[in-house]
Amino acid sequence: MIYRETGQFKSSYQADQALFPINQDRYVIFAVLIVTFGIVPMLLNEYWLNAIMLPFLIYSLAAIGLNILTGYCGQVSLGTGGFMAVGAYSVYKLMIAFPELGFIPLVLISGLITAAVGTLFGLPSLRIKGFYLAVATLAAQFFLIWLFNKVGWFYNYNASGMISSPPMTLFGVTITGPEGDMKAKYLLVAGLVAVFALAAKNIARGRIGRNWMAIRDMDIAAELIGVRPLIAKLSAFAVSSFYIGMAGALYFAVWLGSVEPTEAFDINQSFLVLFMIIIGGLGSVLGSFFGAAFLVLMPILLKNIMVDGFGTDAALAAHIEIITVGALIVGFLIIEPHGLAQLWRIAKEKLRLWPFPH
Amino acid sequence: MLFFIEVVLSGLLAGVMYSLVALGFVLIFKASGIFNFAQGVMALFAALTLVGLMEKFNFPVWLAIIGTIAVMIALAWLIERLMLRHLVNQEPIILFMATIGLAYVLEGVGDIMWGSDVKLLDIGIPQGAWDWLWDQGIYVEKLELFAAGTAAILVIFLAIFFQKTRIGRALRAVADDHQAALSVGISLNTIWVVVWSVSGIVALVAGIMWGSKSGVQFSLSLIALKALPVLILGGFTSIPGAIIGGIIIGVGEKLAEVYVGPMVGGAIENWFAYMLALAFLLFRPQGLFGEKIIERV
Repeated sequence: MIYRETGQFKSSYQADQALFPINQDRYVIFAVLIVTFGIVPMLLNEYWLNAIMLPFLIYSLAAIGLNILTGYCGQVSLGTGGFMAVGAYSVYKLMIAFPELGFIPLVLISGLITAAVGTLFGLPSLRIKGFYLAVATLAAQFFLIWLFNKVGWFYNYNASGMISSPPMTLFGVTITGPEGDMKAKYLLVAGLVAVFALAAKNIARGRIGRNWMAIRDMDIAAELIGVRPLIAKLSAFAVSSFYIGMAGALYFAVWLGSVEPTEAFDINQSFLVLFMIIIGGLGSVLGSFFGAAFLVLMPILLKNIMVDGFGTDAALAAHIEIITVGALIVGFLIIEPHGLAQLWRIAKEKLRLWPFPH
Repeated sequence: MLFFIEVVLSGLLAGVMYSLVALGFVLIFKASGIFNFAQGVMALFAALTLVGLMEKFNFPVWLAIIGTIAVMIALAWLIERLMLRHLVNQEPIILFMATIGLAYVLEGVGDIMWGSDVKLLDIGIPQGAWDWLWDQGIYVEKLELFAAGTAAILVIFLAIFFQKTRIGRALRAVADDHQAALSVGISLNTIWVVVWSVSGIVALVAGIMWGSKSGVQFSLSLIALKALPVLILGGFTSIPGAIIGGIIIGVGEKLAEVYVGPMVGGAIENWFAYMLALAFLLFRPQGLFGEKIIERV
């Protein structure tokens, strides 16, 4: 009754091929955008923006990136942490070398650098598949982190081995480093995420996206009907790494301000992002947001309930937290292996038929 | 020359230690197609339980080991009941993710039950240098020799178990084809409990060896990450592959660390194994001894 396409007639091919063909979807997207850019920055204070909204948005971007590779193209990668580190270190070196370019172009360039690195590490995917590939991408993870630890050039021979983001401004407002204005940071990240989420949705339904999905569903059959695996797989690695690199750059420059590679980009980051796309839904941009929201919010929520609510000892609470995260992941996989996005799809289907059961 | 031999020997023995962990992976992958990421944490959990039983309840060593085996079997049963049974017919990636979740749970449970401080594990395995070789000027850990012997016994035992017993035959049938095995009346659920129990016991052996070597602590669960390149090198489905892969990785890693490491700033152990395995994979995509993947449309 509420959500249906009946009565919405398309009179041009353009309308028929729109990104959101149903009016209600369009209204929801506009509403979400208005809430994101208009209401959230007014309502939430700096703590909320910093502790919840920024990590949520940045991880969403990383999750979209991994989803392109794993969800759409079917290549499992455990190197996300390493690729985020590439983005972070590129933006750091660029910010110091070319501050006059402005922050957003620098983030885009570091995305491109990560894309190049990602393509390089994607080369083995042409020969090896499945879990062999997943383990091979761990090589990228460990090698890149080692590189950023050992080669002084990357952290400007700084004694602590850490990198700290220099302050940069956009329209006269500081947006990086610890002194940055929280609302400006939020709006910048939200803007980038919104643009690139729509771009991802658009790529995924186009020619390249269809090639990826063909490779995912059955690579030999795809090859036989004329999809070139070399181009499809490497472009998936490139686009995916571009997103992950941007997420890494924002993670370092905007959110954390200073990072140390072994802590900030270790293998647990790779797992975290992988969890996000599995819980959110493989092959779904919306699912990436759901997954990121779930895994960013849940630990904070659990910690608040246990430490503040029941006065649990902090160490015990940390153990209970990882048990709960683990159990929830297993539970989720059992109940809905296609993720939160699938629940959303089912809900839409129900709404379409409502009030009739079939 | 002596130094070179010493490096190779210590690499060999370290490789055997990796193989012990890799064996557990292979067993589960062979029988159920599950890539069990929790194997390293299972080793940690087994070692923690063993130490806990010995320290808190003052069990003698043999009783503690039997107790731990019982715990690992109970754990296998629980995993089958609560997790695997509900995930039949899911895609491999989903099962893999589930085992990562399992790893988190086991880690938390182990820490809460037995505490998270570093513990010493001493069940009477000889330690220190092997005197005879030490006189020749080569340093070899007795513990690692002992581990190599144990691994050999374990592999022989597993080979007999897989080839000669009724359950072993059923296991191989399940590994070949789930549906065909079901149709001739093999119970998948029982087989999974058996396989997870066996790999739990292998995890216990690995946990004892690693625990005696470097103390029982959280970092023990990270040896799983060391076992992964061993796996892709040897092939996910081959028990001899796990052993030989482990030895190649162990020797390669030690040689690289000693002879190449100083040139590039050291600590290359973390990624060298992966690069080595990757190089092998480019020539043999299914690992050295893995089953050849035949793909049809």
